Amino acid sequence: MPALPVPERKMSTLILLTITGLGLGAMYFLIASGLSLIYGLMGVLNFAHGAFLTVGAYGAWFAESKLTAVSVLPRFLLAALVGLAVGAVFAALVELVLIRPLYKRHIEQVLVTVGLALAVSALVVAIWGNDARPFVAPSWLGETTSVAGAHIPNDRWVEIATAVVVLVALNAFLRRTRYGLIIRAGVENRAMVTALGIDVRRAFMLVFAIGGVAAAIAGVLSGVYFGTVDPARGTSLLIFAFIVVVIGGLGSLRGTAVSAVVVGLVQQYANYYASSGLGDLSVVLLLGIVLLARPGGLSAKLA
Amino acid sequence: MTAILSVSDLHVHLGESHILQGVSFDVPDGGVTALLGRNGVGKTTTLRALMGLVDRRGRVELAGESIQAAATYRIVQRGVGYVPEDRDVFAGLTVAENLRLAERDGEPRYELVYELFPELRQRAKQRAGTLSGGQQQMVAIARALLNENRVLLVDEPTKGLAPLLVTEVARVLERVSELTTVLLVEQNLGVVARVARDVVVLDTGRVVHIGPAKELLADTSMVNRMLGVA
Amino acid sequence: MKRSLIPIVLLVVLALVPQFSVDIPYVFNGSIDTPGTLQLLALCLLFGGVAMTYDLLFGFTGLLSFGHALYFAAGVYVTDVAITRWHWSFVAAIAFTALVGVLLPLALGAVSLRVGGIAFAMVTLAFAQAGSILVFKNPHKWTGGEEGLGADYTKLPQGLVGIFNTKHLYWVALGFAAAVFAIVQWAVHSSPGHVWQAIRENELRVQVLGLRPYAYKLMVFVLASFLATAGGVVYLLLLGGATPEVTSANFTLTLLVMVVIGGTGTRWGALVGGVLYTWANERLGDASSSHAVSSLPSVLRTPLQQPLFVLGVLFILVVFFVPGGIARFGRVRRLREVFQR
Repeated sequence: MPALPVPERKMSTLILLTITGLGLGAMYFLIASGLSLIYGLMGVLNFAHGAFLTVGAYGAWFAESKLTAVSVLPRFLLAALVGLAVGAVFAALVELVLIRPLYKRHIEQVLVTVGLALAVSALVVAIWGNDARPFVAPSWLGETTSVAGAHIPNDRWVEIATAVVVLVALNAFLRRTRYGLIIRAGVENRAMVTALGIDVRRAFMLVFAIGGVAAAIAGVLSGVYFGTVDPARGTSLLIFAFIVVVIGGLGSLRGTAVSAVVVGLVQQYANYYASSGLGDLSVVLLLGIVLLARPGGLSAKLA
Repeated sequence: MTAILSVSDLHVHLGESHILQGVSFDVPDGGVTALLGRNGVGKTTTLRALMGLVDRRGRVELAGESIQAAATYRIVQRGVGYVPEDRDVFAGLTVAENLRLAERDGEPRYELVYELFPELRQRAKQRAGTLSGGQQQMVAIARALLNENRVLLVDEPTKGLAPLLVTEVARVLERVSELTTVLLVEQNLGVVARVARDVVVLDTGRVVHIGPAKELLADTSMVNRMLGVA
Repeated sequence: MKRSLIPIVLLVVLALVPQFSVDIPYVFNGSIDTPGTLQLLALCLLFGGVAMTYDLLFGFTGLLSFGHALYFAAGVYVTDVAITRWHWSFVAAIAFTALVGVLLPLALGAVSLRVGGIAFAMVTLAFAQAGSILVFKNPHKWTGGEEGLGADYTKLPQGLVGIFNTKHLYWVALGFAAAVFAIVQWAVHSSPGHVWQAIRENELRVQVLGLRPYAYKLMVFVLASFLATAGGVVYLLLLGGATPEVTSANFTLTLLVMVVIGGTGTRWGALVGGVLYTWANERLGDASSSHAVSSLPSVLRTPLQQPLFVLGVLFILVVFFVPGGIARFGRVRRLREVFQR
C-alpha cells in the first residue's frame, strides 16, 4: 500500500475501523435480537443459540459443497437460503421437542439448551472435524471499495445492510402484524395475553424460528467474514451476543441494536488503538461499568 | 333462574399456603354478583382460579360445561371476560393496539366501547403506559367488552380511583350488567349497593354467606362481622 | 451404620486403593494400582470436588453462575506462572494463589451480585470470558497462550512429580475431595448455610427477615470460588501443566452438567456426578476406538466418537426424565427402607 500523508491515513484507518466495527455489530445484532426476543417472551435464556448459528453456517456450507454445477453467485445465494431454512427448522424443532414440554420450568429449559449446545458442537466436530472448512463467497465480497481513502472490504457493507434489513423487517413485523402484537404484549405480560383468549404458545415457536433464521444469517455472514465455517464460532460469538443483550436490556429490539453497534465499535477501536486482544476485554469492562452505573434499571428489566 | 357459572369445592395452594379451601357458589344468569370479603381472604385468587391463571382443584361449570381443566385462553374463548386487579394494560402498546389484541372471533363491538368510553377514541394512538389510572381502567374494561361474553369477571375496578371516577365506573358497570352477567370483586360497598343483586362473602378461603345484596347491606352488624367495615 | 460414619469409611477405603492390585474389567483399563488408573481416579475425585464447589452456588444457594471456570483456572494458572515464569518457590506460589483465590471472587462477586437471575449468569460468563481471553492473549508470554504452560517440575514438591508418585497425587486429589466434602457439609449446616438455602427458596422472604441476601451471596460466592481455586492447584499438580481449555465457558458448562446429573443441592449428588462424568468422558473416548464401536454403522459410530455428544444427550435425558439426578435414586431407596420398617 502506498504511503499516505499521516493525517489522511489516520482518517482512513478510523473509517475502516468504524465500518468493520459496524459489520461486527451487525453480526452481534443478528444473534442478540433472537436471544433477546426469546428471553423477553418466554423467559428462556437460550444457550443453544450458538448452535443455531453453527447449524445454519454448516447447512449453507454443505449445500455449497453439493451445488458444484452452479456458478458462484447463484450457488452462494442458494446455499445461504438453505442455511437460513435449516436454521429456522432446527430452531422450531428445538422449541417443539425440547422447550415446550418443560413449559414454565425455566431452569430446566436453560439446562436443556446447555446440553443441546454441547451436543450439537460435538456432533459437528464428529461429522466434519475440528478444523475450519473453507466457505466460498463471490469474489466481489473479498474485494475492497475505497471510501475517503479507506479500503473497505465489501463483505462489511453486506453485513451492515443485512442487519439493517433484518432490523427494519423485524420492526415492521412486530408493529404491523397480529403475531407481532402478540409478541410485544407477551414480552410485557404473558399471562394477560392468555387472559385475552390468545394461545400465546403459538407465538413461541415463531420467535424461535425467527431467532433461528437471524442466527443462521449471522452464521452465513461470519462464514463470509472469516472465509470459513468452524464448529467453535457459535459459542464464541454467543458470549458477546449475551453481553450485547445484557447491556441493551432484554426484550428490547431497539436497545439490542444500539448496544450491538456500541459493542462492535468499542471492540474494534480498542483492538487497534490500545492493543490487539484488548477489544474483547474492554467489552467486558463496558459491561461492568453499565452494571455498576444502573444495576437497578437493568435488573428491573431482567426480572 | 339458572346458574351461568357454577363453582364447587374449589381449592388453590400457593406455595405452602392453602388459599382457597373448598369454595362453592353459583353465579345466576344476568345481573351483578359481588364477591366480598376482607383483604386477603382469596377473592382475587378465586377469580384467577376461575380463569385458570393459578393451579386449582375442584369443579367449575360454565353454562353446564366443565371448564376447570381448560387452559386460560380456551376459557376466555368460551365466553369468560376478565378485567384483572391493577388493570394490567400493556403499557408499551397504544390504546388501539390494546383493543386490537383483545379482538376475538365475531364482530368486535367498537361502537359499544366508544359509546361508553368516548375518550378512548381520542387517545387511540397514545401509549397505554402514559394514561392515568382511570383511563387505564377504561382500557381494561373496554378490552373485555369488545367481545360478547357469557360472564365477565371484574376485579376491584374502583381501586385507587378518585371519587368522581368511582361513580363513573359504577355507571359503566350498571350498563354492562344489562348486556352480560358480571362477577364483581369490590371493596367499595357504595358501588356494591348500587350495582349488585347478589353477594357471596368469603372468609379465610371459604364461603361464609350467600344471599341478596340488599339483605346483607341492610344488616350493619353482619356487614361489620363479615367485612370488617361499618 | 450411622450416616456420619459412611464418609469416613469411604475415605479409608479410597485411601487404601493404591495398595491393592485388583483388575476391574470394562470399568478401568488395567489394575487399579497402575499409574494410568490412579491418574483417572484422581481426576474423577478432583472433578467430584470441583463439582461440589459449583453445587454450593447453584444447588444450595440457587446462583446460576456461568463463570466458575475462572476461579478454577486462576488456581491452575497463577500457581503455574508463579513457579515457572517468575521462578517463585512452590510455597510462595501457593500463598499468592490463595490470596488471589480470595480477592478475585471478592471483587468480581461484588459487581456481579448486584444483579440477579439470568443477568448474573451472563455477567459471570462475561468475566470468565475476560479471563479466558487474557490467557489466550499470552501477556509477556506468561500463560503460553493456546499452547498452555508446562509447569517447572523442579519447583514442585519432589514427592508429587513423576509417574512413580502417581499414588501420592491420587492421595492429594482424595484429600481435596474429602476436604471440600467436609467444608461443604459444615458450611451448608452452619447458620449462613441455612440463609443460603432460604435465598434459593425465596430471596424476598430473607429480605423481609431483615437479612441482607447480598452479603450472604457474596460469602458463598467467595467460599465456592476459593475452593475451586484450590482445585485448580490440584489440577496443576495432576497434569503437570496448564491448558487453556480450563478457562473456557464450556468448562463451566461441564460442571453444571456434572451437578445436574448427580443431583443438585444434595449430600452426594455433585460428587457422584463429577466422578461419573469424568470417568465416562475418559472411558467413552477409549470405547470409541474399541472394536464394539468401530464395527457399528457410521451413522451410529460417528456421534459416539465424541464423548461430549453422548454426555450432552445424556444430560438432556436426565433433565427430562430424572429430575433430581442420580441422588434421587438414593432418596427413593431410603424411602423404601422407611416403609419396610
